[in-house]
Amino acid sequence: MFDSLSSKLQNAFRNLRGLGKISEANASEALREVRLALLEADVNFKVARDFIERVKTKALGQEVVQSIQPGQQIVKIIHDELVELLGSANASLQLSGNPSCVLMVGLHGSGKTTSSGKLGRLLHKQGRTPLLVAADVYRPAAMDQLETLGKQLELPVYVHKGETDVLKIAREALAFAKANNRNTLIFDTAGRLQIDEPLVQELVRLRDLVKPQETLLVLDAATGQEAVNVAMHFDQALNITGSILTKLDGDARGGAALSLRSVTGKPIKFAGMGEKLEDFEPFHPERMASRILGMGDVVSLVERAAEAVDLDDAQRMEEKMRKGQFSLEDFLEQLRQMKKLGSLESIVSMLPGGAEALKGADLGKQEKEFSHMEAMICGMTPQERRNSHILNARRRQRIARGSGVSVTELNTMLNKFAGMQQMMKKMGKFQKMMARMGGGAAGLLRPR
Amino acid sequence: MGLFAKFKAGLQKTHSKLAHEIKRIVTRSPKLDATAFEELEASLLGADLGTTITDQIIVAVKQAYETQGSAGGNVFAVARREVEKSLASNQPALRKTPGGLTVVSIVGVNGTGKTTTAAKLAHLVQARGETALLAACDTFRAAAIEQIKHWGQRLKVPVVAGAYGADAASVAHDAVTAAQARKADYLFVDTAGRMHTKHNLMQELQKLHRVMGKQLPGAPHEVLLVLDATTGMNALNQAREFNKAVPLSGLIVTKLDGTSKGGMVVAIQKELGLPIKFIGLGEHADDLQPFDPAQFAEALFAE
Repeated sequence: MFDSLSSKLQNAFRNLRGLGKISEANASEALREVRLALLEADVNFKVARDFIERVKTKALGQEVVQSIQPGQQIVKIIHDELVELLGSANASLQLSGNPSCVLMVGLHGSGKTTSSGKLGRLLHKQGRTPLLVAADVYRPAAMDQLETLGKQLELPVYVHKGETDVLKIAREALAFAKANNRNTLIFDTAGRLQIDEPLVQELVRLRDLVKPQETLLVLDAATGQEAVNVAMHFDQALNITGSILTKLDGDARGGAALSLRSVTGKPIKFAGMGEKLEDFEPFHPERMASRILGMGDVVSLVERAAEAVDLDDAQRMEEKMRKGQFSLEDFLEQLRQMKKLGSLESIVSMLPGGAEALKGADLGKQEKEFSHMEAMICGMTPQERRNSHILNARRRQRIARGSGVSVTELNTMLNKFAGMQQMMKKMGKFQKMMARMGGGAAGLLRPR
Repeated sequence: MGLFAKFKAGLQKTHSKLAHEIKRIVTRSPKLDATAFEELEASLLGADLGTTITDQIIVAVKQAYETQGSAGGNVFAVARREVEKSLASNQPALRKTPGGLTVVSIVGVNGTGKTTTAAKLAHLVQARGETALLAACDTFRAAAIEQIKHWGQRLKVPVVAGAYGADAASVAHDAVTAAQARKADYLFVDTAGRMHTKHNLMQELQKLHRVMGKQLPGAPHEVLLVLDATTGMNALNQAREFNKAVPLSGLIVTKLDGTSKGGMVVAIQKELGLPIKFIGLGEHADDLQPFDPAQFAEALFAE
């Protein structure tokens, strides 16, 4: 998406070169593309309109820096503006009282119960003693759900089954917390529509009773135009202190985040990234901005890579590649390193335009192929791995049998590998040549 | 494209524009003015129809509005008709296997209301005097089985369930066997919520369907995707991916009792041609209504 947005912008600005300045006339087409991108990402249309206006005033009159292309310059302005709007740094919870209370509110199915559990886990790790309170008296088995989560997390849960008075449950929970030395209460409330006045009033009464330090609105990242109404109503009724954006492991672009921020002005504090209880992170405005614009989450990928890949190893590998001494042994190492990064699906989806590219491809198949390759290399002796040219027919038959593939498959893999080796040798030569010519291009080719 | 072809294409555009304009003058139709246009665009975008469909509808409205004379009503009336027309389908509400068991699989992403919908469907079928059975195939989410069991008790519908962490396909297998033994008319299979981007979870769903199909040829007879009306453009991705993994037979839009309009179904209908079978309007058992395109279109443009 980013690729297409940026290339569309590039097209829109083709005629701009030489003009020197971004003007109203020449920016309008580009800004229309940006507006479309925002709308496709589910940013509310009013919010998108205001946002475009703001970007326009910022961009107008700016000198087009010679070295940068104007399209990219606009993207940068937009990105920076988005980050600023989404909150420049991630905000943490303000839990000062004893006991402190956190109220989780939101629509049905936005993920309040799961987020309550996840938040409990996080606070527990930070050294607090959380108590989960099952305050959803409407949905069947909501209390069982929280109880199960509590068991999984080894955290206490206050449950009073059969009780339908939320306030009574809250009072009992406060007393329970005091008696059992729990300093943070997390109230998992029932899902409700923001326009359901009696139910919203019930929340208001609950808030007045427990005086929460934090009232968090839980919102599904795939929410559409409605996000504005939902956020506004909940904020007006309860004066929320922040929000949690859930289900970010999907491919929703999450424009709702922008709507949410610009209507309430309250920070987004956490992001739910999956069904597992540890899939919970502080919210990163920078990453969200990239996501809304469809720029991929390169930052997260780099972070993961830094965790999984040893820098010295990487340098050694690069040296080998350049000299064309890349053996099957090194190839195996690379395959394994890639596995450490996570599934192919998750890696590609983090790349710019990756989500788009993923649509057609069945990566599970690719992944299977990789594991076959690994098996084949594992079936070779160290000597064979270092010198693949000693692999005669007998050896090949043995390896194929040992790794459960046909000889043809093995041959295909070896051919691919030989092609790779050739390629690397050429690259190495090319780099050397470029370096001799004194060009900086060599640096571009070298992975840093 | 050759030079001549280019000219021809260029002229074609001019020609159709001119024809349109002449028709407008002959029928004495009013021209669509800028404010009406903007209002229409805002309400279409605001109802989550997305930019592509919004543009298409606006073009269609322009065509219709400017050629049908002043009797056609205002822009919104025309737009309403356009949407209604595109949503109309002749599919019956819920398929029925004559003289046998009909298996209905309920699928969707997390938190759209699959369990509640499964229960509501069972209630609906029961109210018609037919027998239903529920299968608790969400063995992953905490307390999902309890939730559907509560519903079963409330509605007096038998529930077939396994243990947490059990293979959902084995539960489905047992459920089909049980439904056949009881000679039930319908079996509603409540599957676990899954993100459409998770390849392995989608494969699990395929397996679930495969197992049921082996047990009873033709099953599941109906695969319904549950969509949350508050979802925006992502709903189209959800429908696409689910349809790719397990061919869908229809949609159910839930949570339409709020202020969400659920406009993305227009885009889904257009691309995938899936009929909307029911809409969910609340938390009670009888809050599931058959879909009515006219009503839906009207609500779309209501303030």
